[in-house]
Amino acid sequence: MSNDIKIKKGLDIKLVGEADKVTENAIISNFYSIRPEDFHQVIPKLAAKEGEKVKAGQPVFYDKSNEAVKFVSPVSGEIIEIARGEKRRILSVKIQADKEQSYHDFGKLDVTSAKAEDIKARLLESGCWAFIKQRPYDVIANPEGQPKAIFISAYASAPLAADLDYVLQGKEAELQAAVTALSKLTAGLVHVSVGKNGNSPLAGLSDITLHNVSGPHPSGNVGTQINKIDPVNKGEVVWTVNAQDLVIIGELLLTGKFNAERIVALVGSSVKKPRYFKTKLGSEIATMVYDNGVDKDGNDRIISGNVLTGKQVKPDGYLDYYSNTITVIPEGDDYEFFGWNKPVFNKVSTSRALTFSWLTPNKKFDLNTNTNGEHRAFVTTGTYEEVFPLDIYPMQILKACMYKDLDEMEALGMYEVAPEDFALTEFVCVSKQPHQKIIREGLDLMLKEIG
Amino acid sequence: MGLKSNLHNLKEKYKGTKMAPAFNAIHTFLYLPNETTHGGTHIKAADDLKRTMNTVIMALVPCLIFGIFNAGYQHYAAVDAAAGVIREASLFGNFLTWDNFVVGAWTVLPLVIVSYGVGLIVEFIFAVIKGHEVEEGYLVTGMLVPLIVPVDIPLWMLAVAVIFGVVIGKEVFGGTGMNILNPALTIRAFLFFAYPTWMSGDKVWVHEAVERAGTADAISGETILGAYAQNSSLAGIDYMDMFFGYIPGSVGETSKLLIIIGALFLIFTKVGSWRIIVSTLIGALTMGLIFNGVVDAGWIGESSKFYGLMNVPFWQHLIIGSILFGAVYMATDPVTASQTNKGKWIYGFLIGFISIMIRVFNPAYPEGVFLAILLMNVFAPTIDHYVIQGNVKRRMKRLKVKTA
Repeated sequence: MSNDIKIKKGLDIKLVGEADKVTENAIISNFYSIRPEDFHQVIPKLAAKEGEKVKAGQPVFYDKSNEAVKFVSPVSGEIIEIARGEKRRILSVKIQADKEQSYHDFGKLDVTSAKAEDIKARLLESGCWAFIKQRPYDVIANPEGQPKAIFISAYASAPLAADLDYVLQGKEAELQAAVTALSKLTAGLVHVSVGKNGNSPLAGLSDITLHNVSGPHPSGNVGTQINKIDPVNKGEVVWTVNAQDLVIIGELLLTGKFNAERIVALVGSSVKKPRYFKTKLGSEIATMVYDNGVDKDGNDRIISGNVLTGKQVKPDGYLDYYSNTITVIPEGDDYEFFGWNKPVFNKVSTSRALTFSWLTPNKKFDLNTNTNGEHRAFVTTGTYEEVFPLDIYPMQILKACMYKDLDEMEALGMYEVAPEDFALTEFVCVSKQPHQKIIREGLDLMLKEIG
Repeated sequence: MGLKSNLHNLKEKYKGTKMAPAFNAIHTFLYLPNETTHGGTHIKAADDLKRTMNTVIMALVPCLIFGIFNAGYQHYAAVDAAAGVIREASLFGNFLTWDNFVVGAWTVLPLVIVSYGVGLIVEFIFAVIKGHEVEEGYLVTGMLVPLIVPVDIPLWMLAVAVIFGVVIGKEVFGGTGMNILNPALTIRAFLFFAYPTWMSGDKVWVHEAVERAGTADAISGETILGAYAQNSSLAGIDYMDMFFGYIPGSVGETSKLLIIIGALFLIFTKVGSWRIIVSTLIGALTMGLIFNGVVDAGWIGESSKFYGLMNVPFWQHLIIGSILFGAVYMATDPVTASQTNKGKWIYGFLIGFISIMIRVFNPAYPEGVFLAILLMNVFAPTIDHYVIQGNVKRRMKRLKVKTA
């Protein structure tokens, strides 16, 4: 059974630097780092001390408010540094990898016969729980909760995002094990969305409800799909898992090992030869970006993730726990003479105010990080609605977050959204408002006040 | 390189000082700033508020140029008319002439300069006091104001009105984006209620008509609306004149053709809301039709003081007065209009509807467009509230279906 989801509102931002479909093994990273900031709202409590040896899959820290949720080391090695910031907040745990990798053995689990509690326990102890997120609030799922459904988007529509059909090729067995396991954790359905014109390895799986999505970005965002398939109501919880993380979950269940391997796309206009790398979570960015990639002294921005939702990382930084893309684009820290009124051909715009990107819908643009204007109050109306397919009033909900009216936020649909749903409205915003930040702070406030 | 790096150094020098916003306003006018994204999306679309505002100004420039020539033309036409010669307007024959331009420029450009000068000074002062950047809202307001006043309005009145409009209409609410009333119309409303003799009547719409009143050289300065309101009509003016704009009126609002071109430009660039423009016109036509029906039914006799304007064929309402200008440039102001798409339809319709109603029922001052828009500005949040409640109710219903 499959259903079609057709998205009309949205915007495909076509950029230069799409990855060629070749995969290289990245240089093996010497150091790995796990940063608690990747796991929003998690207050880390260390499970291993500096100097201690860990195997791949052994916990490094756990969530203070929910001790069952563990975060494990992606490799075997020695914890060499725990960086702390203000008030001794843990910034990152750095692990020096062993030459010979050894894995903690969790034991195989036959997913077809296993009980829900066993699956849950296994995912928790192996650190795979971190891959399961929940809405409302877009945080790691509460293991005590009972989701009404689980959503997986196997279609990436974000600009220059890794092609999930390509990177998940040949992983059918792991994917099947993971979705079967997940299907036991919910009373409802496991919704999997694949590209309509794609050739997704997830299309043939059982124990799922398949949806074919088509249309411009954000059609591949799981938030869009939830809104179209089965929106979250007050008091309900849904879980979401990134398609690529299913592979790690599946492999754990099949082999008993936590194998943090993942295929990452190196993309962006600053990259000489954009392509895919096989690497591990938390590995050094430097192992990938310099070989046929960017110039060492180039004025570039390296992003762990895509250009809309990713995090800026330094060249000596580390791959994010959830990202499967590294984007490198030029910095835009230069002035542009009369940039505000001259005709613009080389930038993307949804208006036609002497901006001519509408003439060349298939052109690939080379955008930099310039804001193209200064921060202003909300002025224009109707612009966000054109790129926002959810049945929610985007500007009104943003304003409700800004003046912190919890009742209004709830009524307007805060339970359904995640910051990434507002990435496109932020991109097109004439007033250059930080939409994702506003939504994140709004969600945090609700989590704190309502829970 | 020279200018760019010099300005950059100056910017760094002034950073954090009181004068920084004032300097930045001029700097960002010359150069798109070197600001990069932090957190959130790493790339941004090409449009910023300056570009949006600039688009509106471009749509207004033809109206301003036409207004300059028309100010001169109406002056000489009225002089001729006083001497008993009724002019036939022709674009190249007697409209685009040097004489017209000189008289027009001499009367209109001071209005533009005062409007921008005074308004921007107020904006800069507020930006410096409150320490925020100079916002672009006034660029459009400053252009609109000279176009919606009579040619001979004394400059000091305009200056006072601009100060009032910017401070009370905008800054007290928190500046651009926060105001409830359209600032340009607030300025016009202030002028209208503070100096009514200069804003209405049969003298103010043509250059020198006021000064010559009561002398041997007296000329008429009446608009078509004024004439209709007194159940009469103006000599020598046909519908094409009204459409092309060879008629007396506020400076920039007479040429319907150029306003339509401006409207198409705004709609094409997606800066103006076509929903508001179209629905305003629909609202105006509806009210016009209702009045025509009233006249046809014989409820209102020719002796009635409302007869003149009620009897105007409904479509003609669009080419007399400022309804078209208001619909295109005033009602569409995104800050003060309804913000939801459905709300925009209701908001626009009511503006058109009420404009024509005021026009007919208020013979003392027959142009009701600015009052109608200001009124709907006040009700726009209410309209939005009910539109959004629809969305909220849908969400509540979904919850009830689930639990039931």
